[in-house]
Amino acid sequence: MNILLALPVVIPLLTGIFGLLTLKYHRVQAWISHAGAIGLFASALILLQSVWNQGIQSIQLANWQAPFGISFVADLLSALMLVITGFIAICISFYAAAYEEKSYTKLGFYPLVHFLLMGVCGAFLTGDLFNLYVWFEVMLMSSFVLMVLGNTKMQMAGGFKYVSINIISSVLFLAALGILYGKVGTLNMADLSVKLVQKENSEVALTAGILLMVAFGIKAGVFPLFFWLPASYHTPPVVVSALFAGLLTKVGVYTLIRAFTLIFTQDIPYTHTILLVISGFTMVSGVLGAASQYHFRKILSFHIISQIGYMTLGLAIFTKAALSAAVFYTLHHIVVKTNLFLISGVVQKAKRTEELQNIGGLYKWYPWLAVVFLVPALSLGGIPPLSGFFAKFAMIKASLEAEYYWIAGIALAVGVLTLYSMTKIWAEAFWKKDPNQEQSEAPQPLSKPMLFPIVLMAVVTIGIGLFPQWLFQFTDVAAEQLLNPQIYVQAVLGENYEILGQNP
Amino acid sequence: MESLLAVVIGCLYAIGLYLILERSLVKLIFGLLLWGQATNLLIFTSAGLLGGKPPIVPETGKLLSYADPLPQALILTAIVIGFGMISFTLVLSKKVYQRLHTDDLEQMKGYES
Repeated sequence: MNILLALPVVIPLLTGIFGLLTLKYHRVQAWISHAGAIGLFASALILLQSVWNQGIQSIQLANWQAPFGISFVADLLSALMLVITGFIAICISFYAAAYEEKSYTKLGFYPLVHFLLMGVCGAFLTGDLFNLYVWFEVMLMSSFVLMVLGNTKMQMAGGFKYVSINIISSVLFLAALGILYGKVGTLNMADLSVKLVQKENSEVALTAGILLMVAFGIKAGVFPLFFWLPASYHTPPVVVSALFAGLLTKVGVYTLIRAFTLIFTQDIPYTHTILLVISGFTMVSGVLGAASQYHFRKILSFHIISQIGYMTLGLAIFTKAALSAAVFYTLHHIVVKTNLFLISGVVQKAKRTEELQNIGGLYKWYPWLAVVFLVPALSLGGIPPLSGFFAKFAMIKASLEAEYYWIAGIALAVGVLTLYSMTKIWAEAFWKKDPNQEQSEAPQPLSKPMLFPIVLMAVVTIGIGLFPQWLFQFTDVAAEQLLNPQIYVQAVLGENYEILGQNP
Repeated sequence: MESLLAVVIGCLYAIGLYLILERSLVKLIFGLLLWGQATNLLIFTSAGLLGGKPPIVPETGKLLSYADPLPQALILTAIVIGFGMISFTLVLSKKVYQRLHTDDLEQMKGYES
């Protein structure tokens, strides 16, 4: 039994339970949450080290043999995602404690965050499709409550859409599972990977594959399915939208990558061409949507969509370099996007509004905040030497190598437009004169604990930018594992997978 | 039996879709509920229907035709989860109505920003 694989799920669960027990004590809750987040990060780091040294790890829960019971599997992609989840958990936890919204604490903000993290970590670790569905629901249920925490009119309108579209996505997911199980008789991802290659299963593989593409696509927010995202992500408290923006859509991207490298690789020219077209439209529509907005968090929400396009692009090109770039992009994006949302929270607290027209002169009052804002903003736009430059560079290089010239052109153009939106925020919020000149008395100083996670994430962004090779060595191996599903299959099913493949 | 259930499932999806496209909150929730039930039936049917067969292998070890218990376990899980989801949605819809004084999704648009 490899207990390490269970820890990233158990730690948030325990943290959540302890949080519920101490619901009335604000400070105690915050400290329990910090401890849980740090524990999660540490356990993910140890897991990453063990996966890096010993290859893909797996456990069979309750000792039921592989294709029959529930397997937990950690390959390098899962481990990297877990590490970044732990890191975001720490930042969110400290930021929330400094944000001083005691009413949210009473409503169970911290336990909900940790239950959400439990669902996210479970989704990254599970090796069984039905179990993935269950983790999705764990994650969704917590996210529903977090989405409407606070009860404002805006949250009600946005939250209801969020809830209904996610239930629809779950239904499609479940329908795909029913069809798959009916035909193939298994839902273990490794087992499916073996069995769906067989000729008689090719039609059901395609049907279920497309259904899952739609279901995961809704979660990830890809082109025709993203409308719920800009309609809801700007409504909850800033901490919550930062958490969602960083992690939730990326769980969709992760499951897309997992499903279309491990399970549905029978008809790559067909499925991955769809993904390619979708990626192009996702990039363009997201960035154009952002260009027309003047609300801080709405601009950022639209940029999540356009960036998701880059990640699925790596999956669609389906070469080692492209997948490596996609994983790199995902990791970099989680840090940068969460950071931008957290900064929007600082601005909102200082100015009491998020409409860019009504903000101004922030550079005059908070020059350091402006500098810290520039780091993730320029990184998102892809300016060297920040992390976003290497993510975009690797992706565009991979698409040129695979001779997808037009998509490389789109990716470049979208990069420029991203920069346009970021400079818009910079010019409107930080540079121009404050439109409310009459109240030009010095504003209250920013709370230092709130800036700590922001600076930490900016440092990580610069760090990745200065030493990209360090992260690329991980993502290269992760891409290699993704392209060779038999390594994964062997790690889960052991030696007997040949026999099982012949006797369905 | 399978073909009958296939028609039933199709009808449930169709009715559900019609309700989801309505503008009223409650009808939307009913639509989601029907989709959930249709999907449960889909799992149930697609795994194969065997009348009157036990879901266990007899002690003699001889493998006769037996009903697969796993889809039923899957459905049970899905029903429980679906129940939780729908109850939350119902409570949320009440809150939405109390806050916004409308159950029309079209009129909710104004509250988004």
